[in-house]
Amino acid sequence: MKRTASLFFAAMVCTVASMTIVSLTTSVTKSDASDNAEPDQTDWKQGALFQPAGKMISSVQNQGFASETITPTKCFEVEIRRPGGPPRVELAGADPQGRAGSVACSTCHSVRKPNVDNRTAATLDEFHQGLQFNHGTIACYSCHHSQNTDSLRMADGTQIDFADVMTLCSQCHSKQAESFAHGAHGGMNGFWDLSRGPQTKNNCIDCHDPHAPAFPKMIVDFKPRDRFNEPVVHDHGETTHE
Amino acid sequence: MTANKPSLPIVENFSRRAAVKGGFATLGAASFVAAISPLRHAAQNSSAGEFMQNHYTELTPEQKSDVLARLESEAKENYGADVTIGDDRPIPGTKFVYAINLSVCNGNGKCVEACHKENNHDRATNQSYIRVLEMPVGTMDMEQGSTTYTGIVPKDGKFYLPVQCQQCDEPPCVDVCPVKATWKEEDGIVVVDYNWCIGCRYCEAACPYHARRFNWKKPEVPAEEINPDQSYLSNRIRPVGVVEKCTYCLHRTRRGKLPACLEACPTGARVFGNILDKDSNIRWILENKRVYILKEELGTKPAFFYYFD
Repeated sequence: MKRTASLFFAAMVCTVASMTIVSLTTSVTKSDASDNAEPDQTDWKQGALFQPAGKMISSVQNQGFASETITPTKCFEVEIRRPGGPPRVELAGADPQGRAGSVACSTCHSVRKPNVDNRTAATLDEFHQGLQFNHGTIACYSCHHSQNTDSLRMADGTQIDFADVMTLCSQCHSKQAESFAHGAHGGMNGFWDLSRGPQTKNNCIDCHDPHAPAFPKMIVDFKPRDRFNEPVVHDHGETTHE
Repeated sequence: MTANKPSLPIVENFSRRAAVKGGFATLGAASFVAAISPLRHAAQNSSAGEFMQNHYTELTPEQKSDVLARLESEAKENYGADVTIGDDRPIPGTKFVYAINLSVCNGNGKCVEACHKENNHDRATNQSYIRVLEMPVGTMDMEQGSTTYTGIVPKDGKFYLPVQCQQCDEPPCVDVCPVKATWKEEDGIVVVDYNWCIGCRYCEAACPYHARRFNWKKPEVPAEEINPDQSYLSNRIRPVGVVEKCTYCLHRTRRGKLPACLEACPTGARVFGNILDKDSNIRWILENKRVYILKEELGTKPAFFYYFD
């Protein structure tokens, strides 16, 4: 019995020793591989780690902002996207040379008498036929300037550029404008910390069609396939009642 | 030949008792080997460096850089991707807080997808840290929500409640961890040391928001889809058998950027910021909107708010 016990003990010792040897050799080969592959990368990573504790920053950021120190002042701006300018109207047909083209609003509207009472595209004989309008009971010329159709019209009749469309919308939608000003309405991209980078915010018409401003319906196209999403299968109906 | 003489030779000094002893000894040795076989496999799959690695909070800077270099080479070896794994520490004077405008969220799930890609989740399961619940109007009871909705959203009579880690100030998941593999950092983010987690899943059971996920198998991500901007406590590819969770994208937010789910939101329902900054958007929302927190009665004190216009 003594012999069995000592044999058993010897086997245990051998197993533990072999485990240690195997794991040590694995680690040696692994560290060799990494040393050979990217020696310089390891070096500058260490450089990043040895920075003073106040700003221990990552390797990626280190490249961009290594020389910069944290200051309480916000050195970057929040940029609100703006439309490029007055929209162009695509021509339906092509000219005799087969060229398609687009024209400014004023191309037609400078020679036509404005109908300031018109409120929908349905009453128009030509142009703007497919336009879906669902924006209250306002008329076209409530927002479009009747004299200079390449600009917009504020409620008091003053002209305003298409690029400043947010000022126009804010006249009625002041609640949304207030929320927007405080980041509580409209999407954004970039940096939350303006001492490190800029931020870009959408404008009204990035998300809302000005003629039918309700946010469009969307289709869900990505679903996690976890067990909560599988339909519950009750297949013991046939099997257990026999 | 006499009848009482055995036909086979008998080994001298070999008794029935010794045979039984030998049999049981063999059986014992075999069962011992079988019992420690998981350890042998573990020794094959992990290097001594990984096996001997200290808890993240006890690593010296030298050890940390060794660990990060080892993890980067392992990512190259296992996934064929060149990644950089940073060690992003909290920015002094920040406490991260999230808010979602439930009047605006329409349940389209772009945040779920963005999280999936940003955080290198397993492609086979479409795993994500965010779960969007389709809720009947008039209740904030999560049990009445459904995550299985499909098709056109928003549906009539429903509102949509995206739920992810609430980064609680009193996190029950941290309290139950038997090995302190998860803890709350100074900027409010509850993190997991994936190399220290033993996979007991106590935290998953303790979380009232179902915010934690367990890696049942080795995550599969094609090399070209791997997000190479990684961080030790955040979106590096997790090993099998550990728990993971939303970290407010700390590999982005601790570098000053907005979280991936926020940037992906087409409705602009999400707001992120530093609650210690008096002039921040998030402070204005908390002071001026109707703000709710989920399961307030549990006393978890979430750093995650829901508001209505």
